[in-house]
Amino acid sequence: MALTYEHIQSALINKFGETIINWQIGVDMASFEAPKEANLKILQFLYDEPSLAFQFLTDITAVHYPDDSGRELAVVYHLHNLVENVRLRFKVFTSIEDPTIFTATQLFSSANWMERETYDFFGIQFVGHPNLKRILNVDEMDYFPLRKEFPLEDQTRIDKDDEMFGRGGSIR
Amino acid sequence: MNDHKHIILEEGNIQKQTTTLNLGPTHPATHGVFQNIVELDGERVVKAEQTVGYIHRAFEKLAERRPLYQVTPITDRLNYCSSPINNIGWHLTCEKLLGVKTPKRVDYLRVIVMELARIADHLICNSIVGVDTGAFTGFLYVFQYRELIYEIYEEICGSRLTTNIGRIGGFERDFTPAAFEKIEKFLKEYPAVLKEFEDLFNRNRIFMERTQGTGGISAERALNYGFTGPNLRAAGVDYDVRVHNPYSSYEDFDFEVPVGSTGDNYDRFLVRNGEMWQSLSIIKQAMQKLEQFKGTDAEVYHADVPEYYLPEKKDVYTKMEALIWHFKIIMGEIDMPKGEVYFSVEGGNGELGYYLISDGGRTPYRLHFRRPCFVYYQAFEEIVKGSMLSDTIVTLSSLNLIAGEMDA
Repeated sequence: MALTYEHIQSALINKFGETIINWQIGVDMASFEAPKEANLKILQFLYDEPSLAFQFLTDITAVHYPDDSGRELAVVYHLHNLVENVRLRFKVFTSIEDPTIFTATQLFSSANWMERETYDFFGIQFVGHPNLKRILNVDEMDYFPLRKEFPLEDQTRIDKDDEMFGRGGSIR
Repeated sequence: MNDHKHIILEEGNIQKQTTTLNLGPTHPATHGVFQNIVELDGERVVKAEQTVGYIHRAFEKLAERRPLYQVTPITDRLNYCSSPINNIGWHLTCEKLLGVKTPKRVDYLRVIVMELARIADHLICNSIVGVDTGAFTGFLYVFQYRELIYEIYEEICGSRLTTNIGRIGGFERDFTPAAFEKIEKFLKEYPAVLKEFEDLFNRNRIFMERTQGTGGISAERALNYGFTGPNLRAAGVDYDVRVHNPYSSYEDFDFEVPVGSTGDNYDRFLVRNGEMWQSLSIIKQAMQKLEQFKGTDAEVYHADVPEYYLPEKKDVYTKMEALIWHFKIIMGEIDMPKGEVYFSVEGGNGELGYYLISDGGRTPYRLHFRRPCFVYYQAFEEIVKGSMLSDTIVTLSSLNLIAGEMDA
């Protein structure tokens, strides 16, 4: 029996009720949202339930929506059932004041570095992570660079006296 | 600052039985910027701590200020051993977001380029495994053919390493007759070379003893660690994105997915060699399929996407419309549709995924690269624990770790 999105949706709603919201089927895969307290329970359920068996974690990342008050940061899990070849996207939203979320490292060893990367760039605190420290940026950094309040350098700025990069001097 | 100790040494402690070795970041044996702080008991590894990020260039942040076109050169610099796969993977992601349907001929041309890139990638990895076990000959010999692959890229797109190949919807120009000639030459000459390469290694006693039983991982652990690509297949799981989620008409091709059983260095080597044979067969099939196109069909090299595909130069110089589109595209003044898409291709070392979120603006709202070797490098400690230091080096190269991809 092929694993259908209807089956996944009904299994999730049977188990977690109305907390599963925003179920939609995109161009690539189905996706849904859940409250952040339930993230580990849902991942565990998707992993353990024999008819679902989402046992391969493709990716963890985050997105910053600065205008969405109270749910500024979204943590996105991409799961894959390799046997049935079904992919699923799962999002949890958290406020930027209290960006804590349970870690998935007990379930997936691969989550270790993915969560470190997410912490490094978005400052999401994964509760229970064995080694939550910066991974790609320098340890001394005191901000989270992929948040939207850090814009890239304005390409047209002229205040920099930097002959080596073709700015300054000649522009003024 | 003071509490950051990069070398863990208990000073003055004569009880200390192990040696700390700082392997990398610029150690000649590591083929890239990798740092490993290895704790050694004699010659056995008891602990290995990896540090990554030495060449982090903030691609995901950069992409938030760039229109789709300008992201392609960024993808070049992920896995630079097989840039065309990254480029085409990115274009396929954009096409998925935009809902572009590419003609079959474009798909086949793409398949040819991607399989050539896969061969180049595996060729480097496998011959480097040879170098690290003390066999330099194979490396020197096959590099002639990597050079030929680079010449083919050069014929197609004008550059060699960071290719920036193709466009959204296809290629910037049709393959030249010289490109086809070179592909034919490659198809004719390479099998004998690959055979000889295999003869040098596959049953070589020294090579087998160095690689068999070292750096192994079970299928279960490999899946838990998010392994993909040849490394996962060497552990015995036949997951291949080309088969599971075919893109660019891979479903039209007849090929096998080589799998190993123990997931050790030797199996990884054999799986990559097996994949090179399959890639050759795919390129051959693609060349045959290209011959079926007749008349105007045989000249198609891009889909019809005027908003994203640069108009031809002769039109730009003579027609107003084309000139306007040219500027709009170059200046990135085209709004993308809103959407969210995850798309993955089978890269040289695993599932290379692009997670693109568009808010309807001119640049991606968020772009995340799922880099296969970033995901599986974290298993390195578990793999090498208890093995000899010299096996660690072989494992490092046989995992096909590319610093550019890992650090994004």
